[in-house]
This record gives sequence, C-alpha cells and structure tokens, in this order.
Amino acid sequence: MLEQQPDASGHFGPYGGRFVPEILMSPLDELEQAYRAARQDPAFQAELDRLLKDYAGRPTPLYHARRLSAKLGGAEIYFKREDLLHTGAHKINNALGQALLARRMGKQRVIAETGAGQHGVATATACALLGLDCVVYMGEEDMRRQRLNVFRMRMLGAKVVGVTNGSRTLKDAISEAMRDWVTNIEDTFYVLGSALGAHPYPMMVRDFHRVIGVEARAQMLAATGRLPDSVFACVGGGSNAIGIFHPFLNDRQVKLVGVEAGGSGNGQGQHAARYQTGGSPGVLHGCFSMLLQNDDGQVSLTHSVSAGLDYAMIGPEHAFLHDEGRAEYVSCTDARALTAAVEISRTEGLIPALESAHAVAEAIDRAASAPGQIFLINLSGRGDKDIDIYREHLPELEQDMVTNDLNYRPA
Amino acid sequence: MTSITARLNDLRAQKRKALVAYVTAGDPHPDRTVELVLALERGGADIIELGVPFSDPIADGPTIQRGAERALAAGTTMRGVLRIASEIRTHSDVPLVLFTYLNPVLKYGLPALAKDAKASGIDGVLLTDLSVEEADRHLEALRAHDLDTVFLAAPTSSDRRLELVAKYSTGFVYLVSRAGVTGERDTLSGSAAPLVQRMRELTGLPLALGFGISTPQQAGEAAKLADAVVVGSALVRVVEQGGDGLEERLEAFTRGLKEGMK
Repeated sequence: MLEQQPDASGHFGPYGGRFVPEILMSPLDELEQAYRAARQDPAFQAELDRLLKDYAGRPTPLYHARRLSAKLGGAEIYFKREDLLHTGAHKINNALGQALLARRMGKQRVIAETGAGQHGVATATACALLGLDCVVYMGEEDMRRQRLNVFRMRMLGAKVVGVTNGSRTLKDAISEAMRDWVTNIEDTFYVLGSALGAHPYPMMVRDFHRVIGVEARAQMLAATGRLPDSVFACVGGGSNAIGIFHPFLNDRQVKLVGVEAGGSGNGQGQHAARYQTGGSPGVLHGCFSMLLQNDDGQVSLTHSVSAGLDYAMIGPEHAFLHDEGRAEYVSCTDARALTAAVEISRTEGLIPALESAHAVAEAIDRAASAPGQIFLINLSGRGDKDIDIYREHLPELEQDMVTNDLNYRPA
Repeated sequence: MTSITARLNDLRAQKRKALVAYVTAGDPHPDRTVELVLALERGGADIIELGVPFSDPIADGPTIQRGAERALAAGTTMRGVLRIASEIRTHSDVPLVLFTYLNPVLKYGLPALAKDAKASGIDGVLLTDLSVEEADRHLEALRAHDLDTVFLAAPTSSDRRLELVAKYSTGFVYLVSRAGVTGERDTLSGSAAPLVQRMRELTGLPLALGFGISTPQQAGEAAKLADAVVVGSALVRVVEQGGDGLEERLEAFTRGLKEGMK
C-alpha cells in the first residue's frame, strides 16, 4: 500500500535506502530505533503535541481565498496556512520533533543544514527552547541571499557556519553537516530539514509534517463537506509536500501536484526541476532518488530564485509516488513564481515565501479551467525572509502603484 | 586469486606490512596521474587506491575534496580514469583499487563498469557510501569479473555489522581508524587498536588501517596493528603543492612512510 512505505530497510519502492560511509550506519540504526520507540511513547507524542499547539501555533487555519477564486473564475482556492506558524514556515513541525528526540537520546549538541534559512531558524528556535547547543551549516551564497535569517539564528544563540565548498548552497551545507556528524557522532544529533537523506530521515521528516495534511483533510471536510480535487505544494526535497500529500494518498480521486523549481531556463544549472530535464536516478547524501546530474554521475549545480527549492535531488517518497502515478510533478519558473507572489499579495493580502509561490502559480494557472473544483494549496511559508529578493526582482515596486491593480505583472 | 590477495600474501609470508597509497585520479590533470602512480610505486607503495573524483564527497576532508575539485576541473571522467588504469598497466603490475562513491558508478552502469574496469587492469573496488545492506544487488556484477570488493569497518560499527563487512569483503578489509572524515591528524586514534582486535576475531582477511595517517611515525604505529596502512590526504597534499620535481618529492615522501613501517 502506498501509505505504508518505506519498507523495513527504508526503501520507497526502489528509492530511499541508506548510502552513507560505514561510520554512520550504526548511528543511523540507533536513531531509527530511538525514533520508533519515541513514536510509541504517549509522553513523547503528548509533549510534541503540546509544543505544536501552544508554542508553534497549531492547528493552522484552512483559509478560503474568495477574492482570488472569484478573480480566476474557476476552482475555489483554499490555503493551508503553514505560513502562520511560529518562525514563519512549516519547518518548525519537524524541528521540534527532532529536537525533542535529540534531548530524549541525550545528545546535547544539535547540528543542521539550511538553504533559505527557514529550517536553520526553526532548529535554532527549537534548540533555544529545549536548551540544546545548535550549529547550523549554510552555504555562503545562501547566507548572502538570506541575511536576515542568519541574524535570526545568531540571535537565537545558534552558531552559523558558512560553507565555502562547491556551489556554496544547500547541497554543500548538507555535505558539511554530514562531515560534522561523522566527526562528532557521540554527542551530536543531526536535525535534517527535508524529506531526504539516509533512512530513517525521509520517513521521520514526513511523519513530523504529516500533521499538515491530517489537519487540512479534516478542515476541508468540515468546511465544504468534501475532499479537494487537487492539492498543490512546492517541492525542493519535498518536506511540506509530503506532509500535506501523505494523508490523501488513499483518496485516489484527489490529485496531488508537486511543483519543482523551474528556475530561469531548461539548461543544466538553470533550474532544480528533476522531472523537467536532466534528472535520472542516483545517490546523493545517503539516498537513492531522482537527481540532477551530468553524464558522468557528477551532481549538477542548480538554480532557483528560492533558496529552499535549490537542490539537485527530490525526496525518495516523491520519486516513488511519481513512478506509481499517484502524484504528478511539474515545474514553475522564477518569473511565474514572482508573478504569483504579487498576485496573492494584492488579491488576498498574503505575501508568500518564494518557495510557496511556486505552488500558488501552478494552481492559479489551472484554476480557470476547473470550475466547480476545489484546490488546496499548501502555503508553506510567509515571505518576510524573501523581501530583499522580491525587492531585487521587482524594482518597479519601489514606487507607489495603484494598489488595486489586480492585473499587474512584474516587468 | 586476485593480484591484491597475491600481493598481500607475499608480504605476509615475508612478515612485511603493505603500504596502500591513495591518489585522486586526474589531480592535477589526467595526463599526470600515470607518472604519479609510478612514483608512488617506486617509493614503496604496494597497492594503489585510484580515486575517482566525485562532486559531493561526504566522507572526505578538505584536502581530498580539493583534489577532487582539481581533477573534475581538469575534465576527469570515469572513462578517463579507466584509460589511466590501462596506461598504468603498460608500465606496472601494482594492484589497483578503484576508490569512489556510488553515484558515478551507478551512472556508468555497474555491470559495464565491472567489465571495463577489469579490462583496464583494475583489481578491486571500494565504494565509500555503499553499505553491506545495500551491497547484495551490486556485488554480483563485480564478482563476475573477479574484482575484489573491499568494504569499510568503523569504530562505531556494531558486532553484527562487522560480521557482515567481513563476509562481504574480499582482498582486504579497510578499517577506519577513527570517527571523522579523511585528513591528516597528529596522532593515531585510540579507537584503532580495539577495532583491529574485534575484526581479527571475525576474519582471516588482511586488515588495512586508514584515515588520519600521515607521518612515518603514525604509519609505523599502524603497521604494528594491521597488515596494511592506507595513506591518502598526506599524499594528496604533496600533489597539491605541485611544482618542479613533484614525482621525486612524492616518491621520497612515500619512501619515508615505508621506512616508518619497518
């Protein structure tokens, strides 16, 4: 059954698994055992539920975007408001879960990687809350793009280590975090932020984000009396997407649409869309999945205006759902994402994270031809962190415009 | 019997320890690798680990990462490395272990690689991120071409895992002397001796000790424990320094390591 993946060895169909240096194999076994024990422990679950509710702000609302729906004149659009969570994105669901697990395992030192900085901020926050030491690896290029989040992490007491290897982005930050973990295995817990990496991470990260879909499904039934026709989510590694998709897997009539970063073009290095061009199965960072790589098996550099989608591999469960035909994966360019961000800023007063704007763009494009349907979009994060990037790409907005110009398109 | 096993048996009969020297193929340029390997052999290397550069080498420290970056920038490919191996074979019988990560191998295609590697004179394969659990489906192709399959054992490995590593390894077992990535360290780790002892109880295969061994003194300490000593980063650092007389300096450095092992 689709929802019963992975198997005992961490495989989602042919994908997933555990491809790491031997030094990490026993620690991953221990992590898996500790995680499974924690999930069976009502006290662990109760503490996580309490923090998600009282601290992070769950449940998040399901919001009916009436003005946007009316304007598009087709599908009724609903947003799952993960952007309202503490720290500004869905990442806190997983960071709290893994940080609680770290404390339970007696690991005082926590490390994490971050791309856009959202997972780094979420982990730094969880560590501050639980009194754990926190080191975050971040590519120097991403540190430049996301200066505010770097400062937030430092203010929260985390150490931010700039990574100068390779492309200086998320991929290199994960490599550096893995090297740290290999070196400090005794006292260190690695809080991985996406549904990627070696087993049990893809399963564990998904489980901690499943709450998104569980809530949304119930909320949708309560609000409309039925399930959505399509669910949209952006996919870098794919944590927010798998979180909202998973509880719908057995609802076969519900279309699941993952939106990858189409970047600035189809050429190698211009995008991060594994199912667009250049993707093939491969192994990166402990996991077998669809990977952007060259003919010689070297991992490709990627590009997206959104740092959180700028990664060469899609999470293994998404690759599985793709092959099973249960979810479809499309891509959205930088330009479409920017346009969609302006659109929902002006019609709904929601400035989305650039990542989430990719999912919004795809839903907007399909809405007109879907009258009578219900679209559910995971608004996985808010745009505060991206204001500098929006300013850079939308210079014409530095001047006042007619605020109700709903037909505005970025130049 | 593979030439790796033959070489290690010979040395064992002479009560000598083997020096396993790592070099990143294509660093600083594919045209230089043959002469560098021959220099290592002249200096006393008994087995060569021929590293195939990978873009994301998570098990490697900064020195070998930089070596891989230089090699990739110089256009090194898997096919290019196999050509280098063929060229080495026209000059030398030194056993060659192809040392890399799984992804470039999967992209090439494992059965094709096994066939082409054997034809190029490769004797064994070590894939740093291929665990024994995942290895089953990959081993057959390598064994079909009489290639040794070397696996890593680590201080963190459980007893059960060490048993599997012993079971799946041929040629020798590579013991990782310490937690961490590759790179030079000041002392041999205290975790090396217990790991050697645990592995001895499980297998009669020769044991090679590596990670963090960079000086003649450390090589000597490691040689007291294990059958073979692996040196990587320290050699890559010599290559990195480059300049005139690189082959001579690499040979001299290797000879120094070998002297330390006597």
